[in-house]
Parts: sequence; structure tokens; C-alpha cells
Amino acid sequence: MVSTSTLISLVPLFPLLGFLLIALNANRLSKGVTAVVASGSVLISFVISMILFFNLLSLAPEQRSLQVELFNWIATGKFSASISFLIDPLSSLMLLIITGVGFLIHVYSIGYMHDDEGHNRFFSYLNLFVFFMLLLVMGSNYLLMFVGWEGVGLCSYLLIGFWFKNNDYTAAANKAFIMNRIGDLGLIVAVILIFVQFGSIEYSNVLSAAAAGGGSEILTLITILLFVGAMGKSAQIPLYTWLPDAMAGPTPVSALIHAATMVTAGIYMVVRNNILYTLSPTSMGLILLVGIITALFAASIALAQTDIKKVLAYSTVSQLGLMFVALGLGAYTTGIFHMATHASFKALLFLAAGSVIHGLQGEQDIRQMGGLRKYLPITFAVFVIGVLAISGIPPFAGFFSKDEILAKAYEHGMVIWAFALLTSLLTVFYMFRLLFLTFFGQPRAKADVLSHAHESPPSMTIPLMALALLSIIGGFMGFPEVFGGTNPLAGFLEPLVATSNTHLAEHSLSHNTELTLMAVVVALTIVVIIAAYIRYVSRKHVPAANERNVSALQRTILHKYYIDELYEAIIAKPLFAMGEFLQQFMERLGIDGLVNASGNGVVGASRYARLLQSGNIGVYIFIMVIGIVLILSANLFL
Amino acid sequence: MKTLQGIPLDYYLWLSAALFTIGVLGVLFRRNAIVIFMCIELMLNAVNLLLVAFSNYYSDASGQVFVFFIMAVAAAEVAVGLAILMLMYRNTKTTDINILNRLKW
Repeated sequence: MVSTSTLISLVPLFPLLGFLLIALNANRLSKGVTAVVASGSVLISFVISMILFFNLLSLAPEQRSLQVELFNWIATGKFSASISFLIDPLSSLMLLIITGVGFLIHVYSIGYMHDDEGHNRFFSYLNLFVFFMLLLVMGSNYLLMFVGWEGVGLCSYLLIGFWFKNNDYTAAANKAFIMNRIGDLGLIVAVILIFVQFGSIEYSNVLSAAAAGGGSEILTLITILLFVGAMGKSAQIPLYTWLPDAMAGPTPVSALIHAATMVTAGIYMVVRNNILYTLSPTSMGLILLVGIITALFAASIALAQTDIKKVLAYSTVSQLGLMFVALGLGAYTTGIFHMATHASFKALLFLAAGSVIHGLQGEQDIRQMGGLRKYLPITFAVFVIGVLAISGIPPFAGFFSKDEILAKAYEHGMVIWAFALLTSLLTVFYMFRLLFLTFFGQPRAKADVLSHAHESPPSMTIPLMALALLSIIGGFMGFPEVFGGTNPLAGFLEPLVATSNTHLAEHSLSHNTELTLMAVVVALTIVVIIAAYIRYVSRKHVPAANERNVSALQRTILHKYYIDELYEAIIAKPLFAMGEFLQQFMERLGIDGLVNASGNGVVGASRYARLLQSGNIGVYIFIMVIGIVLILSANLFL
Repeated sequence: MKTLQGIPLDYYLWLSAALFTIGVLGVLFRRNAIVIFMCIELMLNAVNLLLVAFSNYYSDASGQVFVFFIMAVAAAEVAVGLAILMLMYRNTKTTDINILNRLKW
């Protein structure tokens, strides 16, 4: 039996080995071998993660924090950073999500990417992504987290631009990378500040020192900068616009990176540093504000989108916003709970959408779909489960987590609750709109596409069914106390947020209030579903292909509130103008002028100087003698 | 003032300077390579004269050793130089030094 510390270091090792093996032999390995290696490495990591999880469960709650140091990485002056991994309830849960969902998505990709010429390249990127994501959540210090953070950003870039022959896709990849860089700048500055303030970058030292030291202005600054990093990675206002464009990547990538794992890195990071946030109410307020605005804003954009993946992308942004609302309220475990359930049902929805796209030969426009439930029965079934889960219909996963967020919001005030409720009702509406437009009514696809419409191969449908199962039962890990018993997930994560809880004001709703809230939310949800049914099934409403027929408001929403255009106008245009100015004046006149002038000067001077070299030896000797005489007489007189 | 075999040191210096100047001017203004060559010899010997004079003046033999070296080197130089002149004459049928400006690149 290998020791636990060995097991811990093995978790990220296998995806790394898988990546190296595939990347170095991409042209030699057959597709089958590649698929087995890539999925197998993640499966092994998943099994190890399970063992670690149960190891952790067998320990007493206060001992559930295992740290293993591999080697000292940087040691210079007062600064030292080690490659060391930390396994505690939070990272253990993240490991299960990353490797579990990651494995299913790897299997799904075997079918989805089967005919792609970049098949092997795709799997090497996926494995590399899993490796970096594991590094991000397992690292026991800020620097290692930063390495993982940058690494997943890189993989995200590579995978968004996977089909790099399409210029739009490359542009989307660049956009994602640049947006993330803006956030990463905040993160790295925060890490530097943490080192300056606490003299260490190990979580254990920093968090305990912060808890002992209490709040301060520098702490507020640190937490805000960390949150800037989270804004970039987790696609919050104002850095969210890259995520919808990131749908340019293959669908499994959208599911794995842009729904289930990477975009939740921000949530993970805030929860990891929860004590810092608890001590800085200003930052908490900021998170709450950004979260609620993003949630509502993105949900409203999703209402009018016609690309099946774009709807899901905005839905992801919106759900991430809801998670930040929970974090901003100090309900850290709730945020993690929603993240976990969201990972399962959003991955499910994305993969199901991928299955639809796969079946329709790459069609992504929901106006060209409709009536697909006869053609794609399994996809239809799992999609319905996903929609029910995200809509919060009991007892699907989303119900419990979303309800917990709503309950926490209610504790803090009606306004936040109302906004969160509105968001979740909008979510219900656009998800059912998507469901009805895609699977119900008359088929609107072209006849030749429809005649080839087919259910996906088992390698795709089996992961879908597994995720569907998770979406059904996943909610029970955070089973609310109001129905009796205890909340297992909250209890599991309790040691991590215990210090924060001592600082936060204790709120609790009476069971009656909580049950009433649940009933109200579910009732409203059903009303919204009926409204969507009437609009999109009974009245057969299909979004107009022609923009002229829609109202100004709809058009604004369709254009995503012109945010991209706004950024273009106020940020990109001035930057380009500045670049143009610098090129024309600084570069052409200044630098080029200086360099050319010195060159021309030498050329001009030598035009005259070379006349001295006539080839007449007498002249040379004469000059030489004159020179000697001058030097000698100078000696004489000076 | 100490004299060298009855002649004051100044005389040697002036003679040496005169010989050297004649040599320099010859090199500068004559175009015949052989004459230039002889003028170089003149300069070398002016220096030799100076060295011998001072050697005697200070009763130090090292100056005379220098002179022997210079004479040996000058002999070698003459051998090489005359060979070059021979070739030059064979190729150009003249000993005019300015013909050689064609050697320039």
C-alpha cells in the first residue's frame, strides 16, 4: 500500500505523463491509443482522488489537511516557494470534480473528435489542461496556484483556437487570453502584496496570520486584486466578454474548461482565501455587487441568443455570478455547492448540445433546429434532465444549490433575494426556450441535414447518461437541513470556513420561512415554464431571422447590449490610435530618424574622408612625416 | 665639453639630423624607387651615427650593439627590397614609384 503522500503527488503526475506521451508522439500514435492514454491517465487520477477523498473522510474533521512537499522550488533571500500539494476538503472536492467530469468529457471527446485531423493534438491539450487545473487546486501556496492559473489560461487559449484556420476562432482565442491577462495582472500583484505583507506565500502561514491580524486596508486591497483575477478567469463583469466568444472551441472544451472547471477557479480561489474576504467587508460587498449584476445581466442576454452554445455560455456567466453572490454573502460552502452541481449539469448541457451539433453536421443555430426529440432521443432525455437541474426543479441537483443561495440571499435582505430570484427565473425561461426551440415543434432543419440527423455513438451518450445521473442525485450532497438531517457538504467543508464563521454574523431562517421560500420559488418556476411553453410550443414562436422585425430592446439584447462594441470604442480604438501615433511619430520620425541619421552621417563623412586615400604613396608618406613632426614638436613644446 | 676624437658632440648631432632630413625629403619628393631606397638607407645610417656618437659619449657599449642589429636588419631589408624592385622593373619597365598606385584596391 503506497503512502498517502505518494498518492497525492501521483494525482497530477498521470495527466502530465499522458500529455508528454501524446504530445511527443502525436504523429506516431494511432487515434485509439491516444484516446485510451488520455482518458486512462485522467481515470487513474480520478481513482486516486477517490482514494484520497475516502482517506480524508476517515480522519477526524480537524485533521483533514494533508500537505506533501515535493521539493524546494525557489529559495532566494527571504522568499521561498516549494512545490508542495495540499489536500483538504476543498481541494479534494475540486479534484473529484476535475478528474471525474474531466474523465467523462475525455470519453465523450473520443466520439466527438473522432474524425478531426487534430485528434491527437486535442487530447494532448486536454491532458495538459487537467494537469494545470490539478496544480491550481492542489498547490499549497499562491505561486503554485498562479502557475496552474496561467497554465489553464494557456490551455484555454490553445483549445479555443483549436481550429486555428478560422480567423474568427483565432480572434476569440486571443480575446480570451488578453482578457484573462488583465485579470491575471491583478492576481500577481495581489500575490506580491501578500508576500510583502505576510512574508510568506504558503496558504497555511498567510491565512492564519491574517486571521490573527484582523482586517486592514492592505488586506482589502489584496482581496480586491485577487478578485480582479477571479473576474478574468470566472468571466465576471467587466471581464466576461471572452467567455461567450470562447464557444469557438470544440464543444467538449466548452463543457470542461468553460463551464465545469477552469471558470470556477475564481470561486475556488475566493473560498480558499475566505478568511481574507471575511475580514474585508468592502471586498465582500464588491463581490456581491459584481456577482448580482453579472448574474442578471448575462441571464438577460441569454434570453435572445440564437446560438445553442452561446445561450449556454451566457448561462454559465450568469450562474458564476450567482456563485459569487453566495461568496459575497459569506456563504462560502454554498458557493462551492452550486459550483459542484453546476459542473455536472452545465457539462451535461454542453455535451448534449454538442451531441445535437454533432447530429446536425455542425449546425448551432436553434432557429434551424426544432423537433429533434424524435431524431436524438437519448440526447433529448439527458438535455431535459440538465434543463430541469439548472431550473431548480426538485429533486434535481440545481434545486438544492440554487435554493441554498436564495435562502442565504433572503437572510441578507429582500433586494438581493429579489435580484437572485429574478436571475433564476430568467434562467428557467431561457433554458426552456432553448429546450423547446431545439427539441419540440416542427423540424426546421434543411432536409438533407435532417435526413442525416443521427443519435451520437455510445462513447458520447454514455458520458451524457453518467452526467445526467450526477445531475439528478448531485444535489443530495448538500441536502438542506430543513428536510431533516444535516447538510453533508457543509459539514465536510466546515473546517475550511470555521474561522470565517466566527467573524460572520449568525443568520438563520426559521424552517417555516425557508419552506415557504422554496414553495414560492418552485411555484414561480413552474409559472415561467408554462409561459415558455405557451410562447414557444403552443404559439410556435421562432426568433426572427430578420432583425428588422424585432423591437429596439430585443435588438439591444441580441447585440449583447453592445458591450463588445463599447469596449471596442473606449478601449481598443484608443489603444490602436495610440499605437498608430507611436508608430508614425515615435517610430518613424524619432527612432528611425535617429538611427538613419547616424548611418547617413557616417556615410556622408566617409564620402569626403575617402578622398584622402588616393593611392599615391608619396602623399601617404608626406602625411605620415607631417604627423611625426607634429607629435615630436608637441613633445618638445608641451 | 667632451669631444669625440677632437670633434664636439654637437657636430655629430647636426650631421645626423642633416642626413636624416635629406633622407626624409628624398623619400618624400623623389619618384625613383631606387633613390627612395637609398634615402631610407640614409635615414637608417643617420640614426646609426647618432647611436654610435652617444654610445661613445656615455661610454656605454649597448648603443653600438644596437647599431649592429640595425645593420643586420638593413642588410636583410635591402635583399628583400631589391628583389621587389627587380620584379617591379620587370613588370612595369620603370622604377617610378607612382606606377604602383595601381596596386590599390
